[in-house]
Amino acid sequence: MFRFIVRRLLQLIPTLFGLSLLLFIWLRRLPGGPETAILGERGTPEMRAAIRRNMGLDEPILVQYARFVRRLIRLDLGTSTATKRPVVTEFLERFPGTVELTVMALVLAIGVGIPLGYLAARRRGRLLDHLSVGGSLIGICIPVFFLAYVFKAIFSENLGWFPSSGRQDPTIDATRITNFFVFDGLLTREWDAAADALWHLVLPGLTLASIPLAIIVRITRASVLEVLNEDFVRTAEAKGLTESTVRRRHVLRNAMLPVVTSIGLLTGGLLSGAVLTETVFGFTGIGAFVADAISQRDYPVLMGFILIIAVVYVLVNLLVDLSYSLIDPRVRVR
Amino acid sequence: MTIAPGKKKQKIDRLAELAARDDERGVSLWREAFRRLRRNPAAIVGAAILAVFVIVAVVGPFLAPYSPSDTIGIREGLIRPGVIPGADGDHWLGYDHQGRDEFSRLIVGARQTLLVGVVSTLIGLAVGALIGGVAGAAAGLGGRWGRWLDSTLMRFIDMMLAMPSLLLAVSIAALLGASLTTVMIAVGVVSVPVFARLLRGSMISQANSDYVLAATSLGVRKPKIALTHVVPNSLAPVIVQATLTLATAIIEAAALSFLGLGNPDTSVPEWGVMLAEAQQYLDIRPGLAVYPALAIIVTALGFTLLGEAMREALDPKLRK
Amino acid sequence: MALLEVDDLSVTFTRRGQRPVRAVDGVSFSVDAGEVVGLVGESGCGKSVTSLAIMGLLPRQPGLRIGGKAVFDGTDLLQLDDRSRRDIRGRDVAMVFQDPLSSLNPVIPIGLQVTEVLTRHRGMKGAEAGREAARLLDRVGIPDPKRRLKEYPHQLSGGMRQRALIAMAVACKPRLLIADEPTTALDVTIQAQILELLKELVRDSGTALVMITHDLGVVAGLCDTINVLYAGRVVETARRRPLFRQPRHPYTVGLLGSVPRLDAGRGERLNPIPGSVRDVLPWPDGCAFAPRCSRRVDECVGEPPEMVLTHDGRGYRCVNPAPLPGVTPAADVRATAPTAAEPGPVPAQAVPDDPPPAPGLGPAPHEEEQP
Repeated sequence: MFRFIVRRLLQLIPTLFGLSLLLFIWLRRLPGGPETAILGERGTPEMRAAIRRNMGLDEPILVQYARFVRRLIRLDLGTSTATKRPVVTEFLERFPGTVELTVMALVLAIGVGIPLGYLAARRRGRLLDHLSVGGSLIGICIPVFFLAYVFKAIFSENLGWFPSSGRQDPTIDATRITNFFVFDGLLTREWDAAADALWHLVLPGLTLASIPLAIIVRITRASVLEVLNEDFVRTAEAKGLTESTVRRRHVLRNAMLPVVTSIGLLTGGLLSGAVLTETVFGFTGIGAFVADAISQRDYPVLMGFILIIAVVYVLVNLLVDLSYSLIDPRVRVR
Repeated sequence: MTIAPGKKKQKIDRLAELAARDDERGVSLWREAFRRLRRNPAAIVGAAILAVFVIVAVVGPFLAPYSPSDTIGIREGLIRPGVIPGADGDHWLGYDHQGRDEFSRLIVGARQTLLVGVVSTLIGLAVGALIGGVAGAAAGLGGRWGRWLDSTLMRFIDMMLAMPSLLLAVSIAALLGASLTTVMIAVGVVSVPVFARLLRGSMISQANSDYVLAATSLGVRKPKIALTHVVPNSLAPVIVQATLTLATAIIEAAALSFLGLGNPDTSVPEWGVMLAEAQQYLDIRPGLAVYPALAIIVTALGFTLLGEAMREALDPKLRK
Repeated sequence: MALLEVDDLSVTFTRRGQRPVRAVDGVSFSVDAGEVVGLVGESGCGKSVTSLAIMGLLPRQPGLRIGGKAVFDGTDLLQLDDRSRRDIRGRDVAMVFQDPLSSLNPVIPIGLQVTEVLTRHRGMKGAEAGREAARLLDRVGIPDPKRRLKEYPHQLSGGMRQRALIAMAVACKPRLLIADEPTTALDVTIQAQILELLKELVRDSGTALVMITHDLGVVAGLCDTINVLYAGRVVETARRRPLFRQPRHPYTVGLLGSVPRLDAGRGERLNPIPGSVRDVLPWPDGCAFAPRCSRRVDECVGEPPEMVLTHDGRGYRCVNPAPLPGVTPAADVRATAPTAAEPGPVPAQAVPDDPPPAPGLGPAPHEEEQP
């Protein structure tokens, strides 16, 4: 088990190496070159020249690349051209919000998607099945940012059930420890602060969950339908086991295998969705920050985000593989 | 035996018929799939939506009552700060923020939307098929170099897959600057890894299949096998995936426009750009967002319905 | 009173826009306590569907209709509600399936798959169930049962898996065991071992066994009574010896003729039955086997042949059965040529005076084995 984790983490190295090479090329190919990436559009020719000298842009390309990699290893992602603060600092501040949001979305997607997909399969061809299949089709086809506006208009502006933006009501004087607002609230026993932060997560969480939810419903349904036709389910029935035992032990456990795999593949989509969702809901996470960076051509921030995503993706899929091996003895890791 | 001789003869004829049926059982995979497709209501609905969409995309400019770039509303002084008039007798869906006829823009916009979807899917398909095909062939040829090439290419593809599609598109758009071509390339690149993996996987499983083994043992040469057996059989899943990708491409293009990376020239309407533009006027005229959004959703639904139905029709597990 | 009395069982699948398919079309047979009964036929003849229908294991789906009766120990299994059926399944009637790998749950250890039956029907829990499960595995010949209990199906060999499945089936000492092609997916050497095991279990416990197979060798070594199925109906039923000695139905004759024999002479050829199971005539239109039959006469077409019962308790569904050795066939019987592609009455051929050699009488492989 331990060796498996270490091996997988070691596999990260070539991936990150390749990614750094791509990013290096990308930075140099950007319109205006890397000095624009640092300075933005503003700098005078003298400043540009100074930067070029400072960054060693006149040196051989390999030296430049080595320097670039050394900076990345030291977690120096440069300075945001928009806020003039180190990218790493900015990210650390905003990361907790995005984590809260994506966890919320995942919990919703998994917690609703698996039971719904299962029920749809059991009631195949009935109303619930048609509704969930149709609903998940539409869920996949709605642009996320449009759904965000629709939710905001209905549930916040018209019905007033949920706040329309932000992570927490600014009038609440909450203690900040980890910047995970819900977690902080629980930690300091400021229950109202935690509840309010949670309340702020509902609409963006629901929006962000739409696509993963749709995908999980579809995969669960298809997988349950397939498992129901398996011979071993027939064997279980032939043993006279109660229906609930057959379902839990024989159907669901096997049907979960493809669902678990798909959850790992969903992370990339979740982070894309976070960029759009956070923007619409004025949610101060990495997503909204990156959306700003896109419109302001804040390249160091974009580069940092891409690196973080690659690492997160690999880690999440490591977790997925580990949990997969817990369910399926055929792929036990050593 | 109370049956009249004539009737008995018919029955025996029937026997002959039953025995002769053996010969026509080799119905082709495609015809069989098409037959199943025709019976699937979801496929019919999807195909109908797409038919309407394509027709509108082709003849839209002739159908539109007004020019999509004619700022009628401004000329007639209807557009003032904070005011965008809604529908009236001549303008069924009202005006957009520049006083252009929204209905005409919607109709004419179908063409550009279809263009973005098709071109970007073709880009993704071509590049993906090339990478996947090379990797699949390399894996099939085997040997140390074959395996090395295959695993290197696939590492690269996995890396692309790891990146959120939007970020990938954004980084490409950042390189190329905001334009229509950018959107198409960026959205196309996003679907490269999907096609590459699909084609490689399909090729490898085909290569390991019994009929290829049979062909090899009969002495058919490898390139010939690839052309006559492996490629045609890998084609079906690729076509299905392309149909599904068209849906996501249209949605993805809209998201790029939303982030300000879309086509800056709005004289030629495109639904994604229209939707992105409408955000600023949500308080005044939410309809401006709703119409293009609905158009995008329905079209994407059409592609998805048809694609899923095709997948089901071609799925050998369901073909009993 | 028979332990299981299946009477006029029929299973019909109707799909929207298609003609109904009668997978089982009036099957009747009976099984006495402790008896071994074979259901034999080619794939597609309805033998598996019959067993699944009796067990109530056919997937519930719209368009599925089951008719007739399957009376087990006084209760009609087909009329039971789901709960009582689950009480009987695995306890009184158990089943062993064809493909042992796919019939075992891949993500659960063998042990749990055995103990769950014990828990359900015998109320055993924990260590007690574990001990009993180990005893069962030992009983079916799995060495080192304690270790095997913790293993997963993919870690076992094919023969071991089938033994484990049998252990689960006999865990509650059922009075009836249905084995659906239990040896088809196994190597020949393993096949013999598994058959031997089944034979032994049945003899020791007095369990009745319904053996479903396409393999006449299996039937020859095991069964007391044999029912031959064709296109969803029993076409011949007989005790083992008479069936192999003097098959009456042309289909049975054909089946026996297509078994390769060791004692066959060198240039002697196998006699396969022409055509395939798909060339059937619907029963209401006559004998379903008629399109492939070498003894076809005009009377075969028109209405379904009745089951002819003879004095020695055997029956066949044929208007022109293979003659018993030594008996001259009725002179007025006229056979037509088997070429179905040539419609219309074919010039009559006289049946040769000497009876056709009853094929396949050589000892089938398993009959020679020592029990």
